[in-house]
Amino acid sequence: METMLFYLFAGVAVILSLAMIAAKKPVTSAVCLVGVMFALAALFALLHAHLIAALQILVYAGAIMVLFMFVIMLLNLREKEGLAARHQIVAQAAGVALLGALLIPFMTLATLEKGPLSAIAPERFGTTAAVGELLYTEYLLPFEIASALLLAALVGAVALVKIRMR
Amino acid sequence: MISPELIETAAKIIFVFALTLGFFAPVLGWVERKQSAVMQDRIGANRAGVFGFTVIGLLHSLADAIKLVFKEDFTPRGAEKALHTLAPVMAVIPALIAFAVIPFGGQYTLWGHRVNLVVADLDVGLLFVFAISSISTYGVVIAGWASNNNWSLLGGLRASAQMFSYEVAMGLTVIALVMYYQSLSLVEIVAKQENFWHWGIVWHWPAFLLFFSCAIAENKRVPFDAPEAESELVAGYFTEYSGMKFVMFWAAEFIEMVTIAGMCVALFLGGHHIPFVTQAGLAEALGAFGPNGAQVAAMLIGVGVFVFKLILLLALQMAVRWTLPRFRYDQIMKLGWKMILPLSLAWISLTGAAILAGVMPRP
Repeated sequence: METMLFYLFAGVAVILSLAMIAAKKPVTSAVCLVGVMFALAALFALLHAHLIAALQILVYAGAIMVLFMFVIMLLNLREKEGLAARHQIVAQAAGVALLGALLIPFMTLATLEKGPLSAIAPERFGTTAAVGELLYTEYLLPFEIASALLLAALVGAVALVKIRMR
Repeated sequence: MISPELIETAAKIIFVFALTLGFFAPVLGWVERKQSAVMQDRIGANRAGVFGFTVIGLLHSLADAIKLVFKEDFTPRGAEKALHTLAPVMAVIPALIAFAVIPFGGQYTLWGHRVNLVVADLDVGLLFVFAISSISTYGVVIAGWASNNNWSLLGGLRASAQMFSYEVAMGLTVIALVMYYQSLSLVEIVAKQENFWHWGIVWHWPAFLLFFSCAIAENKRVPFDAPEAESELVAGYFTEYSGMKFVMFWAAEFIEMVTIAGMCVALFLGGHHIPFVTQAGLAEALGAFGPNGAQVAAMLIGVGVFVFKLILLLALQMAVRWTLPRFRYDQIMKLGWKMILPLSLAWISLTGAAILAGVMPRP
């Protein structure tokens, strides 16, 4: 059952990703990307990471993509434009090749360090309490650095707008 | 093959759909017209009838349904056909599934089988509701974009900014409650409200006011209905919709009202609990029905109490709808970002300080 669901959602994710980069209109691409987020959330849920699944939908599908959509609508982009759109095939092939090349060493490193993961999750795995505890103890520094980075980006965005307004 | 768990889950899903889609959606459509008439000193819908029996206008829901089913489904020229069709679906599905994690009763043992009256008892139930309600933005935004109509586009733009802003504020209003109950699971939160003095509204009534306002804004109802403001944008994002696609937007709005009421009941009003009556006390009072009979009776009373509270909150939402005029768009944004957001942050800090100081004993 779980394997079947995995292939179902993985398949949906792959097909929608392809549709996303192949679509002519930015809004269609955005809708496909939302679908990909959902499929990924389902995969997280299959891995017993319910918190991550909920956050995936809440943050990526619910917040970030809504902003994307807002910008696409504000600029009223009907079709892809510009230099990148004309050499689309080249850009896409290069992107896929680069990502694949990066993924292989990354995966090897990840398995080398921890060994293959066991299929049986520990009791509290993926619960809000467990993830929260890890975030605020073992991974406190990366967590704080990430929040500082986000804050810096926010301040930077506001500063850019302020410069333009003057 | 068919396990009791499967039957139990199917029964719960059917009950939730019957309650939201089957009962509340058409009845709220009728209440909206009739209550507005009463509040504005009119008579209201009373024409539809069978052999002269109008049943205080209730037959209008039926007449509307028949009319809308047979109405032509129109797609405007130049519209994105696929997205135009997808949008109402994306509006109604989140509305339907958000109710899955709201407990509409307690836990009962019927003939040795443990029944937990919630469709999905998720560890992250509260986050699930927010995640799903954030998705409902798409239906509106895509409807506005795909209709090839400037009014629709403006409505969609307003909706995306408004819903996004109030989502942030709404998420923050309940953080204090999560700190108080130490759980994100709505089942657990309701279970901790058995004692009346632990109901969310006793300590956290400011959070209730903020949450309720945000929820109405999130559902885009008056006074926050700028995305469909009929005096400015015709009908906003669903201007170009007719027939069953229009019904989907319409039903989504009413089902979301029920979900909002359900969330308020579960978070602030003790869920299925009766004030000053514990579960054990209730079972004891019903002891005359025998052990299983007492559990069945307790279950029925629990669901009844939940639905009663639901109706109270729906009536409150309706009263707000017909009392306040529409806010201007900049007022809506100002209220969300400059008033509700800082106030909820202040309430989180206050709650944190109170819990640390031991003033606010946690259940």
